[in-house]
Parts: sequence; C-alpha cells; structure tokens
Amino acid sequence: MSLFDYFRSSRKSSASVAKERLKIIVAHERGRRGGPDYLPQMEEELLAVVRKYTRVGDDAVRVNLEKDQGFDVMEVNITLPERDED
Amino acid sequence: MARIIVVTSGKGGVGKTTSSAAISTGLAQRGYKTAVVDFDVGLRNLDLIMGVERRVVYDFVNVINDEAKLGQALIRDKRVENLYVLPASQTRDKDALTQEGVGKVLGQFAEDGFDYVICDSPAGIERGAQLAMYFADEAIVVSNPEVSSVRDSDRMLGILSSKSRRAEQDDEPIREHLLITRYQPERVDLGEMLSVEDVLEILSVPLLGVIPESEAVLQASNAGVPVIMESGSDAGQAYDDAVARLLGEERELRFVDARKKGFFSRLLGK
Repeated sequence: MSLFDYFRSSRKSSASVAKERLKIIVAHERGRRGGPDYLPQMEEELLAVVRKYTRVGDDAVRVNLEKDQGFDVMEVNITLPERDED
Repeated sequence: MARIIVVTSGKGGVGKTTSSAAISTGLAQRGYKTAVVDFDVGLRNLDLIMGVERRVVYDFVNVINDEAKLGQALIRDKRVENLYVLPASQTRDKDALTQEGVGKVLGQFAEDGFDYVICDSPAGIERGAQLAMYFADEAIVVSNPEVSSVRDSDRMLGILSSKSRRAEQDDEPIREHLLITRYQPERVDLGEMLSVEDVLEILSVPLLGVIPESEAVLQASNAGVPVIMESGSDAGQAYDDAVARLLGEERELRFVDARKKGFFSRLLGK
C-alpha cells in the first residue's frame, strides 16, 4: 500500500465485494442444482401471483430444492413487505 | 488399475492445460507410468505445451475409430521416463468423441499398465468436457481467484457430483481437489483479489495447491516445457508441492504471502 492509499476513502475492498456477490449467486445456483428446468419459470409465475395481492421486490420469491432419499422437497420462500409500509 | 484424474474448470484460460502438463510430468518424475490426454477436440493444444507438436502422427479419435492402436498414437516424452501424451484430434466433428469410445481407450490404458491417466478437459460444459470427467476417479478443479472462474468451478463441482459414472452408478463419489492458479498475494493484501481462504470458503473443496502468477509459466509454454520442470521457478515448485499432496504427502503452502517489503518501498508503493 502506498502513502497515497492512506488518503483514499475507506471504501470496501473490491475483493470483499467479489466474495459477497459470489456467496449469494453460488448459494442461489446450488439451490437449483439438479432441479427441473421449469423452476425459473415457476418462480416467475409465483411472483406474478404474489404481486396480484401485494407489492414485492423482484427477489421476493425464492425456490429451493432439497434432495432427500427417494424424494425431493421444494421449499418456496416468499418475503412479504414490512407491515408498516402498507 | 489406472487412476483417472480429470483437470477441469468450466471457464477457459484458467490454466487447465498448463496444470495437466505439470501434474502429469510430476507424477511421471516420481516413477508412475502416466499418460496425459487432450480432450479438446478441434482445439488441440496440450501437444504444444508438452513440446511434442511435431511428433503427432495419430490422435485420440484415430484410436477410438480403430484407425490406430493406442501405442501408435501415444507420444513418449523424451525428457521424462514413463510420460506419454495422447493428442486431441483436430477434426471439427463435434461427435468424434463417444462415451463408448472414450471408455474403451481408458480401459486400454489400464491394460497397458498405466498408473495415472490425466484427462485435460476443454473449457465449457459441452460433450468434450463431460466425457473428460465422466470416467474420472479424481477431479482437479482449476480456479483463478476471480468471480467468474469461482462460479464456474462451483458449477463444475455440481456436474461432477451428478453426471459422472461414479454418480450414475452410485459408487464412491469422485475425489475432488481445488487448485488455485494465477494467485497474486500482493493484490490479495491490497484487497483487490479473493484470497485462498475466500475461495475455499465458497467452494469448500480440499485444497491441492496454490500456483502463483509467474513469468515462468509463459516462458515454459513458449519453450514447450512443462513448468514443473523449471524446478527453480515459483510456479514449478508450487506444482511439485501439488503433486506431492495429490499422492498424500503433507506439504506446507508456499508463495501465498506477499514478499516482505522495506519501509521505503512501502512508502513509495513499489
């Protein structure tokens, strides 16, 4: 690190940004691994259904697949907006 | 039984061929009869990295199609005993490699008394890459400390655990290793590059080695010499450590700390 670097603002290092982004995308993709190809589309449609009733962000619906012996468990997480916003 | 090890990554340009050449050479140097096989049909390059490009007569696809015997297609390395190269075909026919054909040739290596077969995978997740890993007993996933490479590595790990023969037959899973290449400790210290710990935390695969970014790699490929033979170079030594660990030896990590700097060079940012 040079002398000049000490005067730079203490913004987050790019490596830690990279790590955070990777953690999120890798976890997301692992949740889908080995799952059926219709998952993204289903997620999209579920989001549309939720939006008929309330306003939510693009990532409000999360679909995860858990493989168990002999059967798969699909977990759907829907994050609703905070109550005082309504 | 020949042990089949695939060197894979998903992303291109991370050092699969450099690593395949180095690791196969390292195994042969230790006395194991080793073949390194180029699965990149249409984009043959292992022959150049190994320095045998002018000795190619027959290739992998010729052997699959019974146009040549394995022994005719294998190029014996003139520097290291027990080391053989099987070049990829330069055909543009994407379907030249078949699962049956690859299985047959790998079986032949076992019959011919090979200890190790290193499969140098092409980039991507297409046929060539899938066939390179299908029969593997072990996988070396090569990753650069960089977001797209790490993500692709994770994707390859998923494919290894679901689409390989071992997965399909419910055998013991492929033994996975992570090889981090082009590592720059100085940039890690500056917070500009993912650290070994960061990559391990995300991928959680046992670490085989860390190869530093090194001038020696380009120089070795220019000359057609596997970089592990440049035993004075940092990259060469790091690959040697990786081969030792592959064989179960314990070796401490080297070349992962930035060189200690003096006060003045630190002040000047040099």
